[in-house]
Amino acid sequence: MNKLTVMFRNTLVAGFMSALTCFSGSVNAEGETIKVGVLHSLSGTMAISETTLKDTMLMLIDEQNKKGGLLGKKLEAVVVDPASNWPLFAEKTRELISKDKVAAIFGCWTSVSRKSVLPVIEELNGLLFYPVQYEGEESSKNVFYTGAAPNQQAIPAVDYLMNDLKTKRWVLAGTDYVYPRTTNKILEAYLLSKGVAKKDIMINYTPFGHSDWQSIVADIKKFGSAGKKTAVVSTINGDANIPFYKELGNQGVSAEQIPVIAFSVGEEELSGMDTKPLVGHLAAWNYFMSVDSTKNATFIKQWQEYIKNPKRVTNDPMEAHYIGFNMWVKAVEKTGSTDPAKVQAAIIGIEFPNLTGGMAKMLPNHHISKPVLIGEIQDNGQFLTVWQTNKVVDGDAWSDFLPESKAIIADWTAPINCGNYNTKTKKCAGQNYK
Amino acid sequence: MKPIFFRHYVCLMAIGLLLLPGLVLSDENLSQDTLTAAMSKLNAAYMTERSAAIEQLAAAQEPRAIVILQALLEGHLFNLIAENKLVIGAEIEAGYKLSDAKNGQDLGIVAREATQKINLNNALRVSLRKTLGRLELNASEVKVRIHAVQAIAKDIDPEGLVLLHAQLSTEKDRSVQDEIKLVLGLEQLNSTDKPQRLAALALLKDHASPAVVNRLNALQEKDATGQFVETDADVRNSAKTALININSKLRVYAAIETVFFGLSLGAVLVLAAIGLAITFGVMGVINMAHGELMMLGAYTTYVMQQLLPDYLGLALLLSIPAAFMISALVGILIERGIIRFLYGRPLETLLATFGVSLVLQQTVRSIFSPLNRSVASPEWMSGAWQINDFLALTWNRFYILVFCLLVFTLLLQILKRTRLGLEVRAVAQNRNMAKAMGIPTARVDALTFGLGSGIAGVAGVALSQITNVGPNLGQAYIVDSFMVVVFGGVGNLWGTLLAGFSLGIANKLLEPLAGAVLAKILVLVFIILFIQKRPRGLFPQKGRAVEG
Amino acid sequence: MNLFFQDKLAGSLMAVIACITVFIPLFNLLTPVDSVLHFSAYTVSLLGKYLTFALLGLSLDLVWGYCGILALGQGAFFALGGYAMGMYLMRQIGTRGVYGNAELPDFMVFLNWKELPWFWQGFNHFGFAMLMVVLVPGLLALVFGWLAFRSRVTGVYLSIITQALTYALLLAFFRNEMGFGGNNGLTDFKELLGFNIQSEGLRSLLLMATGLILLLAFGVSRWVMNSKLGRVVTAVRDQEMRVRFLGYRVEHFKLWIFVFSAMLAGIAGALYVPQVGIINPSEFSPLNSLEIVIWVAIGGRGTLYGAIIGAVLVNYAKSLLTGWAPEIWLFFLGTTFILVTVFLPNGILGLFRSQEQKL
Repeated sequence: MNKLTVMFRNTLVAGFMSALTCFSGSVNAEGETIKVGVLHSLSGTMAISETTLKDTMLMLIDEQNKKGGLLGKKLEAVVVDPASNWPLFAEKTRELISKDKVAAIFGCWTSVSRKSVLPVIEELNGLLFYPVQYEGEESSKNVFYTGAAPNQQAIPAVDYLMNDLKTKRWVLAGTDYVYPRTTNKILEAYLLSKGVAKKDIMINYTPFGHSDWQSIVADIKKFGSAGKKTAVVSTINGDANIPFYKELGNQGVSAEQIPVIAFSVGEEELSGMDTKPLVGHLAAWNYFMSVDSTKNATFIKQWQEYIKNPKRVTNDPMEAHYIGFNMWVKAVEKTGSTDPAKVQAAIIGIEFPNLTGGMAKMLPNHHISKPVLIGEIQDNGQFLTVWQTNKVVDGDAWSDFLPESKAIIADWTAPINCGNYNTKTKKCAGQNYK
Repeated sequence: MKPIFFRHYVCLMAIGLLLLPGLVLSDENLSQDTLTAAMSKLNAAYMTERSAAIEQLAAAQEPRAIVILQALLEGHLFNLIAENKLVIGAEIEAGYKLSDAKNGQDLGIVAREATQKINLNNALRVSLRKTLGRLELNASEVKVRIHAVQAIAKDIDPEGLVLLHAQLSTEKDRSVQDEIKLVLGLEQLNSTDKPQRLAALALLKDHASPAVVNRLNALQEKDATGQFVETDADVRNSAKTALININSKLRVYAAIETVFFGLSLGAVLVLAAIGLAITFGVMGVINMAHGELMMLGAYTTYVMQQLLPDYLGLALLLSIPAAFMISALVGILIERGIIRFLYGRPLETLLATFGVSLVLQQTVRSIFSPLNRSVASPEWMSGAWQINDFLALTWNRFYILVFCLLVFTLLLQILKRTRLGLEVRAVAQNRNMAKAMGIPTARVDALTFGLGSGIAGVAGVALSQITNVGPNLGQAYIVDSFMVVVFGGVGNLWGTLLAGFSLGIANKLLEPLAGAVLAKILVLVFIILFIQKRPRGLFPQKGRAVEG
Repeated sequence: MNLFFQDKLAGSLMAVIACITVFIPLFNLLTPVDSVLHFSAYTVSLLGKYLTFALLGLSLDLVWGYCGILALGQGAFFALGGYAMGMYLMRQIGTRGVYGNAELPDFMVFLNWKELPWFWQGFNHFGFAMLMVVLVPGLLALVFGWLAFRSRVTGVYLSIITQALTYALLLAFFRNEMGFGGNNGLTDFKELLGFNIQSEGLRSLLLMATGLILLLAFGVSRWVMNSKLGRVVTAVRDQEMRVRFLGYRVEHFKLWIFVFSAMLAGIAGALYVPQVGIINPSEFSPLNSLEIVIWVAIGGRGTLYGAIIGAVLVNYAKSLLTGWAPEIWLFFLGTTFILVTVFLPNGILGLFRSQEQKL
């Protein structure tokens, strides 16, 4: 014990000393590499979704290096684990930018993690590429939203249900956080504007990770048995989906009677589910692994080789990172510098082909243009595209269906240069930076 | 003459022989042709083509067509890529066992990759079901015919009505007749003739189904101008009394349903908590890794299903003992490696086991990836037990409830009747005295902890059937499990059982009133207040030992 | 001064904290950005965060280390203090929110709230908000403690219902209807007392304030624990029955220390929020509270400064490991927890103390 304790103590003291040296300012020479920050949770509740995106980033950086890197330098990924802890996201962002001096950060999944990173990234004037579909109502100078805005996912999905499936009664079911709240609010306004009666809309919120869906599914069943075609628009988040679909299947709610269209269930989520009871239910995304295009086939092959698993699936946020990363590369090449300020200006208007055969463009509001696809779940865990927009849809940061944001637009080009510019008062509100 | 005649005769015979099958053949050829044409259309890439093909097949009046359509609906119809030919495949371990879609000829076994499934979308599935319903009206089995009537009724059109009328006149079976009458009765309500409508109501009032209830409700509605849709007061009133009748029945069903929901939620809570009731209640170890032991059980189920992909049910049953063994083993390791140094410092077991839980979580993440794993439910665990049109109990919940009671009884018997049980109770009551009596306390501790952990593993198997199998599985249940044990009274298995069920039912009673989140909060507040009233739970442990 | 220098270790630790508190902000304010003595914003905000955690650990040590109440809900008081501060900061945003509403925070505008709910009234005044920072956690602790201690809920029962408390609050604050911003919580702060929240000056000042309050809290706690009251509390930990039989109202002493500790935790939360820029319901999660217990256990409980050492060490390890070994850091952390509990029952301080005694 004695020897051991002394050893233990010495290690501790040594650790503390090294800790102190670490604190005394970080020494960082301009290296021969360009650093890219990867800020995705590798532990905690969000690891389930975010780990894949970390691997995607590593693959993309690897590929770029094989092509000779960027500006004659190699790219180097700096991976950190914010551990699904929101304040830690902010801390890690600061670490990445001020200690590691990364040129850009690719990361975040949940809205709250992005909100937590936002003040830091704006203060230090960094770059964040955010790859997940989200609620909109935001456009920061330093963030590029490569996932879908509500008008690129939710509205087309509802249109499909209304026009093609003749849905008359609506259940808007979601997890109680900002993305479902916003989406449902937009959808409710949209449905009401289309003449749907208030009594034909049922809105339900559940906590994160809700696992006992018996009563809610029974309610949905009752709501749907009123003789009108009913559909569920689900913004239920990740983990709660499996028990939800299982309960739907077991209570005999089939896709033919009451189809469920989900905005957060993709190929990767399906790979962790028993897909039998899900067949025929729908999802709306901007990318499906099943889309037949040469670019997609190459990407899938690359991914499966990189991850050394021939069965591994790809999904929508991965495509978003693929587009975002390549846009960033193009912008850096265009300006010849990784300086965030220059890249911010250069990246607007940059085009890069997406994986489904269209062209993604970075818009002045820092969102990108995307096609909208609606797919039915097949029993092999893939989607069968049943509907798609005939051209790409521009992402809209501020929804036109919400009274308070109707007048607001985002435009990061001169002369407006503002993320929330009020077209009525001609003022730029809520900007922190000069 | 004779030979000539004979020759003619032979000729005639030959011609006749040739002709006879020819005649039959030509007829068969015709329908075979439509079959082939329809089948090649079915194989086409476009959904519109496919829908046309389905109609063609239905019109072909071929027994084979029904087989093909059924296979299509069930997802057994494939395109054999190499030959561009429609085949019906049954899934087996090596791939698919194929038979020719056209004639049922055995085509041997091919790998999965050699075939491509004929896809369907919802619209097609709906029309397919309707088509099959029409075709199946002639089936010999009563069940199939009833199913067919229901399929037609789902989206009734004039054509379907004609079919049903025709069927009613020839139908021999009472239950099928009733089913048809019900559908026709609903239709009859649209009649312009008042006695017809009243007659329909008289028929419908004893056959409550969601469709009937909707229709009756519709009779009470007013249109935009404030006028009743149903102009006749008699019809309205008679519909109203029928509705009142049905509604009182519905309330009873709803109550049964709520209780069942509550019990099944309770069963999950009890399963999750009962292992803890042993490690925590009997041994005084606050095992924060309890959830992770459940997670191990769930992963065992996953591995079992990977090993036996064709026997889902068997895999599930086998994973019960397997999960018990694995979790028990890990539990014993934890006890021998860590917890035995901490007896007498119960609160510190909390810290060490929290460390264990982090390590276990990350281990699973490293081995199985952080993604959820897919655990399938066997046939007998999916679907619901349809008691009547309004009441159905889902099988998986039902089995879990039964399973929970079984585990509980078994555990109780172990503690009551076996030597181990006796020793466990002795050590729990007075460790030193037990030691003095020659009970090997160290061994008993290890076994008790193993028992509790093993049961956590078994609970994990049950959980794998209703929720995610992923590294976070354990965390989701740990807080709830502690609540249940504490509410029931530490060290009392009956308390745990009662606490689990009553919390489950309370939750489900509150949920429709307050919503899922608020219900949970209210239950927590209730537990907090309850503990103030009875500081040692529902069933406090008696005796002196508790004070120490 | 005697309070601080009872033993060498406590003294030197306090000296280190005092140095950090005084010199780092001072250097930062006085020296140019590229000077060697200038500490980066990253270091300053990180240190500030660690010190708030240290204060939180200290508050738990009061109830656990001295009174034997293993509270698994300390995070709740911390978060409540944080929310009170967050509400003040939200009100300071004023018209600078994205919707430009002077009265309502963005998330309320967004959820169609028409007017400020009553419990948000008054939070635009700094003084009122600061009062709430201590009052809200204090009151909750008072009510909860009064109920629990009066009916003699002890041991694991108490631990589990404190856990239930923080879990219930977690669920409640997640609800968007509650009016605390739901899962996103409160964020996008602009200024504190008129200073830009992102300015270096304010950050240094916050670090200084945190350090000073930590020193003060340490001093007061030490003084209390050495007073007669403290000795009774310690006696309650060791032999509750005997103290009761001696005629002391045990529940009063417990309640007193519980409320005091909740207030300290609230202050820690209030200091934490402006430094990390966000407060959201995950601070209420039972796992967070559990972690606080672990800091104290690792540092060594019942010493006050052990809690400080533990909090800083564990969080520093977390900061380092999540960057160095993102894939496997949980193994390190988990194993450390196990090793420390098994081999160092008195925490890290136990090591030094036993050494000292031998010397």
